[in-house]
Amino acid sequence: MKPKIVSFTLNGRPVDVMVRPMTTLQNVLRRQLELTATKAGCRQGSCGSCTVLVNGEPMAACLLPIEDVEGQEVLTLEGITPLHGLHPIQEAFFENFAVQCGYCTPGMIMVTKALLEREPRPDEATIREALSGNLCRCTGYQAIVQAVTDAADRLHGNGGVS
Amino acid sequence: MTKQLLNVVGQSVHRRDGMGHVTGRTTFVDDIQFRDMLYLKMVRSPVPHARIRGIDFSEAEKVPGFVRALTHRDVPKNIYTILCLIGVGPDEEPVLAEDRVLYKGEQIAAVVAESEEAAVEAASRVVVDLEELPAVFDVEEALKPDAPVLKPWGTNYFIYDYEYGQSNPCRKVRFGDVEKAFAEADYIVEGRYQMSPIEHAPTETTGCVVKPEPDGRYTVYTNTQALFFTLDNSALILNIPFNKLHFVGGTVGGGFGGKVDVIVEPIAILAAMKTGRPVKYVFSREEEMRCSSTRGAWRMYFKDGVMKDGRIIARKVTTYADAGAYNRHTPYAVTKHAANVAGPYSIPNVWIDAYCVYTNRQPGSAMRGFGVTPASFAVEVQMDRIAHTIGMDPWELRFINAYRNGDVRPHRKVVEDATLIETMKAAAQLVGKELPEHLLAMNSWDREGGHHG
Amino acid sequence: MAKHRGVGMAAVNYPTGMNLGGDPSQALIHATTTGTFVITLSSTDLGQGLKTVIAQIGAEALGVPFENVLIDTADTDTGPHCMGTFASRATHRVGNAVIRAAEEARKVMFEVASEELEVAPEDLETDGQGNIRVKGSPEHSINIVDLALAAHFKYGKTISGRGMYIKPKSEVDPDTGAMDPDSTEAHACTVAEVEVDDETGEVKVLSIKSAYEIGRQVNPKLVEGQIQGGSLMGMAHALYETTAPYYPAIDHAPGGFNEYIVPGPQDQPEIESVVLEYPSVNGPFGVKGVGEMTANSPIPAIINAIHDAVGVWITELPATPEKILRALEEKRKEEERGAE
Ligand code: FES
Ligand code: FES
Repeated sequence: MKPKIVSFTLNGRPVDVMVRPMTTLQNVLRRQLELTATKAGCRQGSCGSCTVLVNGEPMAACLLPIEDVEGQEVLTLEGITPLHGLHPIQEAFFENFAVQCGYCTPGMIMVTKALLEREPRPDEATIREALSGNLCRCTGYQAIVQAVTDAADRLHGNGGVS
Repeated sequence: MTKQLLNVVGQSVHRRDGMGHVTGRTTFVDDIQFRDMLYLKMVRSPVPHARIRGIDFSEAEKVPGFVRALTHRDVPKNIYTILCLIGVGPDEEPVLAEDRVLYKGEQIAAVVAESEEAAVEAASRVVVDLEELPAVFDVEEALKPDAPVLKPWGTNYFIYDYEYGQSNPCRKVRFGDVEKAFAEADYIVEGRYQMSPIEHAPTETTGCVVKPEPDGRYTVYTNTQALFFTLDNSALILNIPFNKLHFVGGTVGGGFGGKVDVIVEPIAILAAMKTGRPVKYVFSREEEMRCSSTRGAWRMYFKDGVMKDGRIIARKVTTYADAGAYNRHTPYAVTKHAANVAGPYSIPNVWIDAYCVYTNRQPGSAMRGFGVTPASFAVEVQMDRIAHTIGMDPWELRFINAYRNGDVRPHRKVVEDATLIETMKAAAQLVGKELPEHLLAMNSWDREGGHHG
Repeated sequence: MAKHRGVGMAAVNYPTGMNLGGDPSQALIHATTTGTFVITLSSTDLGQGLKTVIAQIGAEALGVPFENVLIDTADTDTGPHCMGTFASRATHRVGNAVIRAAEEARKVMFEVASEELEVAPEDLETDGQGNIRVKGSPEHSINIVDLALAAHFKYGKTISGRGMYIKPKSEVDPDTGAMDPDSTEAHACTVAEVEVDDETGEVKVLSIKSAYEIGRQVNPKLVEGQIQGGSLMGMAHALYETTAPYYPAIDHAPGGFNEYIVPGPQDQPEIESVVLEYPSVNGPFGVKGVGEMTANSPIPAIINAIHDAVGVWITELPATPEKILRALEEKRKEEERGAE
């Protein structure tokens, strides 16, 4: 199969990449564009470490053929990290010790981003449901769930709830 | 130790690597790539036990991007054992299989290619001519005389105490006289326990990237848990001076013991040596699950002699660690297991035989709890069974038998920092379990103080 | 046909360090002229937080602020030897090495400060805020940056230290098994509550509550992380995990997270803990170690809770619904036989 050019928006900027059809978005990001915040825990669609947002929806980049993002908006963890300091979700993960080895973290943060945009104040069950495609072998999840709740507070104020 | 005034020890300061992790800027091994880098993929055994009659690379060589293949003939010291560094021998595991494979997934030959896709494709086209042999998967079956023999020394168990001119089939602990105590016991409680083989399943798979340097050295970026341990083993396998190797790591996406093996580095360094180019060898998730080492399975038989008042006066244990096909860390785990399988209890008569058994299974190795996890599982279920048999509260049974400071354990070490009783009291308080006065009066320093009756 | 609740407990010990010893670790410390104390190692952080706790131990032992301590690891060209991160050894071994290195570095710090402040070294102390001051007269002090500059440019001294920790290798007596298999012993006691469905055989763990005695916590939040993660791993070992679902047969070995069940965010029970501190004799600031044992005690506690709930002993892990149903069936048959 001959390479072709695929154009999409990545972290707010237009990109054109020359790739063979069926190359995964994960490989394009990690190998071609050298954006390695998107991880590669399984490349089977079952760990969530490669989660990116496509038009705001969390997707496993390891299962996504690059053609499918033609003309779409892709957001990776690099895209939410501000020039200085941290995004409120990143802050919440850092402050709540929701990070151990850190390998699941980028995926967790991207899912949280999508969740909090859809649902500014999710309850615990909603958070766990939203994260259910993301595995963490280290933390036991409690701190991650706390971080998501805390991130909601940081983004939307604690809404008078003490 | 008297209470010290401490500044930062005891404080929950934030992780030093936390910012890197939440921004995705931490560099993990698979994030590293170099221009001109090659990918290494393994040709693996599809069966658990076979003789290798031949390997044919001709179809693989036709794959565009194929660079070269490596077999055991390319490995200077192909047969090794990881723990040779601490005097455990003999060497028995091939880096790449020679004339036989002992487990499904065993490394037979390596293929390096210009891209990962080409490496996968080429590896899949290597034809290995195998003559399948009968396999054994059960530890007790493996010890029977008619079992297929897996080791060159003619047994399916590790031989202990070789260095003392002895050849013991197991690690032994002998303390007191169990048979005499069994005769005096009010109850005999027996149990059989089986721990399953478990994968560490770190979210980051095992891997390394090797880069040849202009000065003739090799930089190895790796997620090993033990840099020098891996460096030393790699140099021995490759028969090169230690200082030709430079290992860089320290960032590990979950280890749990699975990244103490030395599997990816030696062969990736060899590939870099042979091609003069950077080489990446990172396990796929499937390789991590099916081929990398596991927490070994373990089978344990307990026989305890118990008095009506709850005192355990004798414990006889025979256990079999399933090392799988090769040593890795299991012989050492068995020794740790033997030191702990009587549990944190003071039992005056203990007899332990702990075997390290080989089967045609993917090798077991180190994992969080190394030899102690199966021991704790078996001991603690056995404790409840004893309590049930003699009609005593399981908490009380443990308080009565808990080791105290000054006691001598079956391996002869005097207990000096026991706090089992205090820990149990704290747990009871946490869950609102009311403990009777005579148990609350007990402590780990004074056996007499508060002893019941 | 119903759901049954049960409670089970387990109490365990966990030995620190490579069992027979002989597992050295080294640390080197030097101060740069910026007032940064660099601790050079070859030790690895698996996610448990080694880089953080070692910086804490280093700062404490040097008497300087945490922010002034930099951990430089893990590179075999620059870092001295470390056996590796396993066997709950890293904080204990590396921490001890760092303390020794810090003692040596502190000696030089005090020598230089003694020249600068014109008092005997014995009359000096660190304030932990970045100053060395005269005991009883805190206004006479020198900042560590000035001290580092003075050491280098004025006195021609390096503020540096070498640290090493090794527990000598012990042998095992082949006949009796006599050996020295640990440096210190940590302890855990777990109480698990479960709900067992006698129709489906499914076990739901409702809570895992534990007490731990680990000598000293260098960083309570990182300890809590080990407890939370380890408890869940232990639960998974008890109920789900195996690479050989038909053990001892090797068929149907899972090839990924679709088949190999690692608990997800929705599987986590309530996990609660308390931590006791009875400092060890030989650990840095009394540390024992916590990394491994958190996964151990939940396993038997859950198996004992299942027995408490439905009266069967599941002695082969994992305790799958199938094994529980078979055991219940067996128990029913036995009860029928008994009734006849
Ligand atoms: S790498 Fe994509 S889901 Fe695991
Ligand atoms: S922090 Fe290690 S997998 Fe989540």
